[in-house]
Amino acid sequence: MERIYIFTRFERFWHWTQAFLIIAMLLTGFEIHGTYRIFGFKQAHMLHTTAAWALITLWLFAIFWHFTTGEWRQYIPSFKNIDLVIRHYAWGIFQGEPHPFKVTRARKHNPLQAFAYLGVKLLINPLIWISGLAYLYYNELAAAGLALNLGTIALLHTAAAFMMLCFLIAHVYLITTGHTVTAHLKAMLTGWEEADAGHGKQTG
Amino acid sequence: MKIRHLALLAGLLMAGAAQAADAPATVKLNTTADHSKFKELQQEFASGPEVTKACLTCHTEAASQVHRTKHWKWEFLNPENKQLLGKRNVINNFCISVPSNYAFCTSCHVGYGWKDANFDFTSQENVDCLACHDTTGAYKKLPGLAGHPPYKDTEVPPGSGKIVKATDLAKVAQKVGKTSRDTCGACHFFGGGGDGVKHGDMDSSLASPDKELDVHMDATGLDFTCSTCHKASSHDVAGSRYTPTARDKDGAHVRGKEDLSNPATCQSCHGQAPHKDGRLAAKLNDHTDTLACQTCHIPKIARGGVATKMSWDWSTAGRLSPEGKPLLVKDDKGRVIYDSKKGDFVLGENVVPEYVWFNGDVTYTLLGDKVQKGDTPTRINTLGGSAGDGRSLIWPMKVFRGSQPYDPVNKTLVTPHTAGNDDTAYWKNFGWEKAIATGMKASGAPFSGKVDFINTEMSWPITHMVAPKGDAVRCNECHARGGRLDKIEGIYIPGRDSHHWLSLIGWLAAGGTLAGVLLHGLVRIVRRKN
Repeated sequence: MERIYIFTRFERFWHWTQAFLIIAMLLTGFEIHGTYRIFGFKQAHMLHTTAAWALITLWLFAIFWHFTTGEWRQYIPSFKNIDLVIRHYAWGIFQGEPHPFKVTRARKHNPLQAFAYLGVKLLINPLIWISGLAYLYYNELAAAGLALNLGTIALLHTAAAFMMLCFLIAHVYLITTGHTVTAHLKAMLTGWEEADAGHGKQTG
Repeated sequence: MKIRHLALLAGLLMAGAAQAADAPATVKLNTTADHSKFKELQQEFASGPEVTKACLTCHTEAASQVHRTKHWKWEFLNPENKQLLGKRNVINNFCISVPSNYAFCTSCHVGYGWKDANFDFTSQENVDCLACHDTTGAYKKLPGLAGHPPYKDTEVPPGSGKIVKATDLAKVAQKVGKTSRDTCGACHFFGGGGDGVKHGDMDSSLASPDKELDVHMDATGLDFTCSTCHKASSHDVAGSRYTPTARDKDGAHVRGKEDLSNPATCQSCHGQAPHKDGRLAAKLNDHTDTLACQTCHIPKIARGGVATKMSWDWSTAGRLSPEGKPLLVKDDKGRVIYDSKKGDFVLGENVVPEYVWFNGDVTYTLLGDKVQKGDTPTRINTLGGSAGDGRSLIWPMKVFRGSQPYDPVNKTLVTPHTAGNDDTAYWKNFGWEKAIATGMKASGAPFSGKVDFINTEMSWPITHMVAPKGDAVRCNECHARGGRLDKIEGIYIPGRDSHHWLSLIGWLAAGGTLAGVLLHGLVRIVRRKN
């Protein structure tokens, strides 16, 4: 059994804080959207706004961390062996085949994973960020001469929220697909990934 | 020791009492004049106009100032749409109209003697100073006396055995002072023929309200009078229901700066960013581009224990007892809900207002205007406003619904002669044709002789009974489907609105993802391999 330290302390802190904040924002956000009533509109709004600022702060730190450590390179997209990964999730996983991708310190994410995370970082996050800030400050934007329709802002923000929700569901499921059900979860908790050295091969 | 203390206490008390006796207890510190010391007022007055003559010896310009006001003329030319309005011209769905009923209606006129169309509007002595400046509460103008108070003991209503004492004019005149909630309220609380009937946000409970009822007029707190906001200038009182300020874009009024905007708006004191405290302040201030302050801060009307009329059906009036006597039907709280003179009423307390976009444009249906009986009620007043016109805000309204007589041949509203001790007055004779013929003659309008009833609606912008901030309308009450603003068009309200196709696609996608991973997981479990 090979153990690799792949998630640093900051990364884990970032991940779990972000997870908490995103779940809280989905919960409160869909209440603001009118889907259900849990906290009441006022509380939901306040929690959502507070969580938003916390998440923005966290993201600023995370972006800084990515660029200073060079970790941003983890998300450079690559099609190499992506067919093997897709085949694994569609077929091999049911046959008990090992994952075709071998985690290394330099390449932590399989190509499919890297694409997904890149999508989150370049599409969903900016859309949520920009539409959310516009949602908060549309009066100020209007005063500055940039009159946006609140309905359009809400449309974009809600669309991004649905994307985030889909990502979250898939992500939570996929962490159960390590060589044991909890292997990936353990890695994100401790930082140490236990790779089944006998089977995996480098694909990324 | 104890005895010495007691003696000291007694001494202090006596000194206090002596001081109180010396002080001119009747004169408030906010005036430099004790009117009881004026020779002009130390006489027996036989009538109101005599008092006015005495007032005018010092207040030389007061009457001519009053002459220029709506309070005097009961006439107002709307500069926007050139409609000739004012009480003597408009028709409403309460007591309907003034002409032919002058002697009764003008008990709320700031003058003496307006009993018919020949009233002299240039007479200075016919201005009634006391109606607004009485501080004793003993000055009461009675219906039927054309604006005069009773000069001798009078039975009101006749045959009731209830005697209203002759007015002590000298006493009232010697104690004049500033206007008060009581003087304004003597008419404005009782509009529509009774306490709270007309407005919903104004009734006798505002004479001495607590903080919950009105945060500004709170008698033991800020204790505003009407004129604190409705600031008069040369006897012209600020604020109008004919040309209201629906959206005040000016800031708070400041001393030394010339502020020509309406001083009776919320913004004229509170400015454009009124919320200062708490984390929500900025977001609440954002709401001022769509909401009138009143929309959140007057959660309900008729909150002071006085019911307001919500509807009035004149078509059922005239039902008499087998003996031919008028009927009076009361509800379980002792409030009149049927009166042979007037028909059926629906009363309401703690009423949630209705909400509309309002830009301050008000158009009346006047006597000559054609009306059509149909499914939609005739608007007594039509309010302008929409989300996109840049002048509107969402306002709370009391919408007063009624059914009232109209001329189905000429297709006009009518002005019935209701009050009076004569052969045609409806309230004495219960015959619509004669009453309307007399009334329309007084209005100088044609009448076919046919009478039918037409449904009407009138909107009353709500602005009084401002609740403490803790009682303001909650976020959920509008940010929800089926909430207070459910019918408001033209804006996106989070919590109320959503893009249905987006929600459909979004939930299908999320549900699809969930189903996909569950299925995937299920197959893995079934395969039991990984």
